Amino acid sequence: MTIPDVDALAEQVPDGALLALPPDYSFVPMALIRALIRRGVKDLHVLAVPISGMAADLLIGAGCVRLMEAAAVSLGEAGLAPSFTRAVQDGSLKMRDSTCPAIHTALQASEKGVPFMPLGGIIGSDIVKYRDDWKVVDDPMGAGNGKILLLPAIKPDVALVHAPLADKYGNVWVGKRHELFTIAHAAKTTLATYEEIHDGDLTADPVLAAGTIPAMYISATAQVREGAKPLGLAGCYPIDMDHIRAYAKEARSQEGFDAYLKREVLGRQAEAAS
Amino acid sequence: MSEAYSSEEFLISVITRLLPERGNGAIGAASPIPGAAALLQRELTGGAFRVSLIHGITNNPFTDGGRELFDAAGQGRIDVFFLGGVQIDGQANLNLVGTGAYPSLDRRFPGSFGSAYMYFTVPRVILFRPEHSRRVFVDKVDFISAPGISPPDVHRPGGPHALVTELCVMSFDRAQGRFRLESVHPGHSVEEVRDNTGFDFDVPDSVPITPEPEPERLDILRAKIGREVAGTYPDFAERVLGYRAKASA
Repeated sequence: MTIPDVDALAEQVPDGALLALPPDYSFVPMALIRALIRRGVKDLHVLAVPISGMAADLLIGAGCVRLMEAAAVSLGEAGLAPSFTRAVQDGSLKMRDSTCPAIHTALQASEKGVPFMPLGGIIGSDIVKYRDDWKVVDDPMGAGNGKILLLPAIKPDVALVHAPLADKYGNVWVGKRHELFTIAHAAKTTLATYEEIHDGDLTADPVLAAGTIPAMYISATAQVREGAKPLGLAGCYPIDMDHIRAYAKEARSQEGFDAYLKREVLGRQAEAAS
Repeated sequence: MSEAYSSEEFLISVITRLLPERGNGAIGAASPIPGAAALLQRELTGGAFRVSLIHGITNNPFTDGGRELFDAAGQGRIDVFFLGGVQIDGQANLNLVGTGAYPSLDRRFPGSFGSAYMYFTVPRVILFRPEHSRRVFVDKVDFISAPGISPPDVHRPGGPHALVTELCVMSFDRAQGRFRLESVHPGHSVEEVRDNTGFDFDVPDSVPITPEPEPERLDILRAKIGREVAGTYPDFAERVLGYRAKASA
């Protein structure tokens, strides 16, 4: 389904959803994140796959998040994610700490439709101590590797991606960013924004098909040029580090965050297709 | 310390010496100094030591998404990885989550990233934490993101190999679960290391001074490595290695 603009696409994310987000280096639909905030989405359980930065921090600062699940939330070279840090420290945000491969693996369980997956390592980390949903068991296959961790499948209600290309059939091209494949395969539904429309069928070209998420996983798309900004989109535009650094500084106080929100998110006209 | 090189260049040279002649090194988030060291080692070994900057657009050969690094590490295909920590204790436990009582914490940091897995699966994990203080090097970490050692019933081919700080290099004995001072950087002393370390560690009778960067390596670092790290760490490439990327689209 093609949606006329990003604000209409944001209507498709229900309050309370388990929402999966790509990491900041991997095609984050920032325009759609801003539209979600404008629509006033609330009580989200945000799953970073496996880390997040600007996207999660904006949603947290705007009060849209009930539970944050991630291996880390950080603005990378620009430092700590200010809203996340503040909200955890003042107790207003519940954080479910994880570790990168645990998130990938739990999504792989959903890809396969199995209820759990084992993962090596991790035993002895305090992360395990605070995860009532994880189980350490003796290797049931008796392969001689001792104890092993079992992780329940994570099935996001909605996954969000931004792509360089989509076609009229609803296929979406993300190149080698295959964590977006994993997210789309695991989630009940995926919403995608994209830069340019591809003339033809992305799955019909063997080169493009290797980087294409087929339409069967995607419920709706909307064209949004520069839809990842201020983050980058590899091959299209770089991350705007000046913007990220300025945000990191401004949002250190809730007042500063609110000023950013008013100016950069709420004050924007609908980020409609050109 | 001589004015002929910066502190970052010194640390890059120290880390480069800890890297093997061949194999696969992976560099995680926000690690420009280890990244530059690994790329320098790649240059010095003629490519026998391979490097993946896992969050990079360039020098990131992985093609199967975020999970590929972990899947490769789980099979033993990754030989070297770097980790740090808000706190590190004498048993090489790492805390990347925060200080104070979990979960609200006094100071929250980003989180554990992949540490709880890579520490178990990569044979040579190099701990890199420039700030050498009792705030960082504590007797016991407030939160164990990744444990330094494991009991025998936990499969663990990987673990800590060495620790590099602004003062010294230490090795880690996994059987004893203890750090050992290997060398102290020029201009610093064993006493200074002791005064700024909150845990007990072994000190040999004679502690060497960490060698200064080899001039020919500095030349290669400055001439070639800035461009290689710029795709991932543009700020660092410009500030430390004097490389400014041309504005791109």
